Order: sequence, then C-alpha cells, then structure tokens
Amino acid sequence: MTDALTKLLAQRDWLMADGATGTTLFNMGLQSGDSPELWNVAHPDRIARLYRGAVDAGSDIFLTNSFGGNAARLKLHDAQHRVRELNRAAAEIGREVADRAGRPVVVAGSIGPTGEIMEPMGTLAYSSAVEIFHEQAEGLKEGGVDLLWVETISAPEEYRAAAEAARLADMPWCGTMSFDTSGRTMMGVTSADMVKLVEKLEHRPLAFGANCGVGASDLLRTILGFVAQGVERPLIAKGNAGIPKYEDGHIHYDGTPELMAEYAVLARDAGARIIGGCCGTTTAHLERMHEALSTRAPGPRPTLEMISERLGGFSSASDGTDGRQPRSRSRRGRRRG
Amino acid sequence: MANDAGEDDEIVLSELDDEALNLQMQDDLYDGLKEEIEEGVRILLERGWAPYDILTRVLVAGMQVVGDDFRDGILFVPEVLLAANAMKGGMAILRPLLAETGAPKMGKMVIGTVKGDIHDIGKNLVGMMMEGAGFEVIDLGINTEAESYIEALKREEADILGMSALLTTTMPYMKVVIDTMKEKGIREDYIVLVGGAPLNEEFGRAIGADAYCRDAAVAVETAKAFVSRKHNRMSAG
Repeated sequence: MTDALTKLLAQRDWLMADGATGTTLFNMGLQSGDSPELWNVAHPDRIARLYRGAVDAGSDIFLTNSFGGNAARLKLHDAQHRVRELNRAAAEIGREVADRAGRPVVVAGSIGPTGEIMEPMGTLAYSSAVEIFHEQAEGLKEGGVDLLWVETISAPEEYRAAAEAARLADMPWCGTMSFDTSGRTMMGVTSADMVKLVEKLEHRPLAFGANCGVGASDLLRTILGFVAQGVERPLIAKGNAGIPKYEDGHIHYDGTPELMAEYAVLARDAGARIIGGCCGTTTAHLERMHEALSTRAPGPRPTLEMISERLGGFSSASDGTDGRQPRSRSRRGRRRG
Repeated sequence: MANDAGEDDEIVLSELDDEALNLQMQDDLYDGLKEEIEEGVRILLERGWAPYDILTRVLVAGMQVVGDDFRDGILFVPEVLLAANAMKGGMAILRPLLAETGAPKMGKMVIGTVKGDIHDIGKNLVGMMMEGAGFEVIDLGINTEAESYIEALKREEADILGMSALLTTTMPYMKVVIDTMKEKGIREDYIVLVGGAPLNEEFGRAIGADAYCRDAAVAVETAKAFVSRKHNRMSAG
C-alpha cells in the first residue's frame, strides 16, 4: 500500500507543512516548563484547534503535538510511564482533524530529540535511544498517524536510532535536523554530511531536510547544500519565522508573514518540495506562504546573494561545505593512532 | 593509523622531557585521550611539578586551544565534550592535591537553567568548559527558581552566576532573577552571565546581565576577564 505522503508527492510539485507548535500552544495558555504533550489528554480541544489552524491555512501535512513525547523528555515531568497514551492521543486527535479536512491531509507523528548526549561523548547508548524512539513510534502508530516525522536532531547517531525505531515500528518516516551552529548542527554535521548519513540508512526516510535553526536565510543555504549533493529524495524546509527579539518584556519573532512568503517561494526554487515553518510561524504566516506558493510561478534556483538580499544575511560566513571554513590547526606534538 | 605506524605510534610519555610531554599532553587533550592525560598528570607529579602548574600550564592551556577552535568553528560539540572528559580525568587526580597545597582558585560559578525551562545541553556544556578552565562549578540543574540561585550563590560564596534558557518563553525569567538580586542589594556582589540559543547581546543588556555569552568558549573567556577585573579591583582597594 502506498503511503499518504508518497501519494500526495506524486500528484503535486510542492506540499505545505505546518508552522509552530510550541509558540501556538504558549499563546493558548501553556505555561513555560509544562509539558505540551500532557495537553493531548488534558485539553484535546486546544490540540484539535492547533491542528485545524494549520489545515485551514492550507497545510497538506501537519505534525502531531508529541515533539517531547519520548520517555527521556517526559521523565522531566514524571510522565515517562505515559509515553504510549500521550502519543496515541496526539495522533488520534490529528487523525480526526485530517479525516474531516475534505482533502487529503497527512498526519505526521512528531518525534523530537531525547535531549541526551549519546555515547561516547555522553551517556545515552544507541540501543537505549532506539528503544525510547520505538516506544513513542508505536504510540503514534496506534493513534493512526500516516508516518513518523523526526525533527530537530543534532547528532547523527540519534538520527540513525530514530530510523531504526521507524523500521521496528514498520512505519514510513521523514526526518529533519537542526542546523544552528555556523551552518552545521550542534554536533558538527554539515548539509553534505546529512545527505551521506541518509543514503547509508537501511530504512531511508521518504523525505529529509532541515528545520528550526537560525532563521530563514541559513535554512535555505542548508537546502542548497543538500541540492549540491545531487539528491533525488524530496527535501523538507521548515524554517523559523525570523529570529527572536526581546521588546518591552516580550519575545517575538521578527519574521513577518511577507518574509515567510518570500522564504517559501525561495525554498521551492532552491529545490525543497515540502515547505513549512517552525518556531514563530503562525497561521497568518502559513496563509501568506500558501498564497505565495499557489500564485507565484517557480523561478530559477536562488544564489546565496539572492537569498541574503531578499531574506537577510547569514549567521556565519561558511556552512562548512564550501571549503572556506576555518582550517584545523597543525599539531605541535605527534599524533597517536 | 595503519599507514604511518611505527615511531609515531610508539610515544612513551615517561620518556619525553617536560617540555615535550607538556605539548604532547595538550595534543592528547585536544584529541580527548583521557587515559593519556591521567598518565601524563601522574608523571608530572612524580617529577615534582606543583599541582597548580600542571593545572594551569598544561591542562588549562590545552583547553584554551580547544575553546578557541570551538569558537572559530574548527571543533564542534562532540570533540569539545571528549576533551572536557579527558580534562576531568586529570582534574580528578589534581583536585585533592590542589586543596592540600592551598593553590589559588580560578573562581566559583553557580549555574542552572531558569525556571520553566528543562533544556540542559547548553548549560552542561558551559559547566564542563568552565571546569576545564579550572573553575569550580555548582550545577543547580534545570527549572531553577530565583531563590535557589541566590541561596546557592551565598552558600557557596560564588563569584559568578550563570543562567541558561532555550525557550523564548523562559528567557524573560532571567530578568526576574536579576531584579530579585537588585532588591536584595546583592546584584553587584556577583558576575552575572547569561546564555542560550534565543538570546543575544541586546537581550543581555536589556535585563541587566554583565554579559551575554554566545557559546561555552565565550562564557569561559568572559568569566576569566570579569574575575581578573574583580581581583584587580580588590587589590587596588
């Protein structure tokens, strides 16, 4: 049986994913430090409203409210025994919203990072990470998601563990990493590294790409980095609505709906087929992105100059793929094997 | 490595003179070789080096290079964590000896992720790098209330307060902590450093912190600069 995403990708040139989950829930009254996943059971009406917001704004894909729904994260709220229940609930609410949309909408079961550092640098063993993700994947599957959506990953081992979990759950999946450190992930992965990582997996994702990170310009540079590797697999661009700013005691993201519309069109021109937002992306942003993608004709692949002209500059001069990154210093002593 | 095996693989630390051993240890630190660092520390102690000299001239000097390369985008978090781990191995041997010999202290930092925020990778990284630079670090963990920070600062007679936040919704709590310190009249007794992905310099200034630190390497540099300034002030009367 062909999965829902593959079917949609066969019919359409581009698909729109959703925007921010956390930002939107905070606006609905979620308190800092509380687990958003608990709301899947405590306030299912609000979660349905979150999903419907994306669907009504034109999203073809939305992510379930389960980003922190793995045992490692839920442990911080003493809810590690509720992984199955909270993920199933996140998925069930999503399934219902999608089935009433009146058009095909893909329910993607969000899986965020464990928040732990993996061996040998940290303490989380690969096998434990697989187990943690697998438990969550089974909950999402039970609740009826169309596929799993792994996001905001920094470490290659963690990405591999999530892929293995999807294989064990016998589910199609997509997976994005967050490139937030001079164009690389926190763990030093470049866009080119990620392409190699993805293609070496046993259970490869339907689509892969970048989410979150440092703003729209950086995210598009990462997409161009993927494209430069000659990838055939559909690419995902899910960037933040600008950069957070502090004003009068409040935080807001400085990316306007107009800027995100520009970003969406540039993302498509850069080669992304699944385009959405991340932190700070409201339904107002999504509506403008959808309008722009629907009405504006595709253009040539943008250059870095075009991107910085239209969306603002980059956070670093190099993203580690152009050979212009700082060189490793020469050793004074002798290297040992 | 197989292709250049032979003499390169047969470095015997105890056969190196002090100068060569120091450089070799700094390179081993760079490569995160914990056992080699522990061995090197023991050799230097046997040769009569003062624990404080081993700490500052070898380990801290070596971590400085790691920190600089992290700042410059040459090294990334995994390498830094391995280096910090190797450093920790050496510190475990030196710490009791440093206390015995009454060696001068770099300074003490109380660190924690602010109330409402449960993200701790960045905070842990800063803690490790600060320890790597020879600071003593008191880690209050995640979801830290203003009162807990202040209580720990007093109890530990700390020099520095470090606050971390990963969420835009939790970063304003840093201002609550600083304002509480002001109310109690103790704000100026401490160096306040803030960090976290969504922060920037402008935010640090707006809430009254001494500095915003972009990453762990910058945090260490900033802490060193402020602590030495504080010491200078004190000796100037």
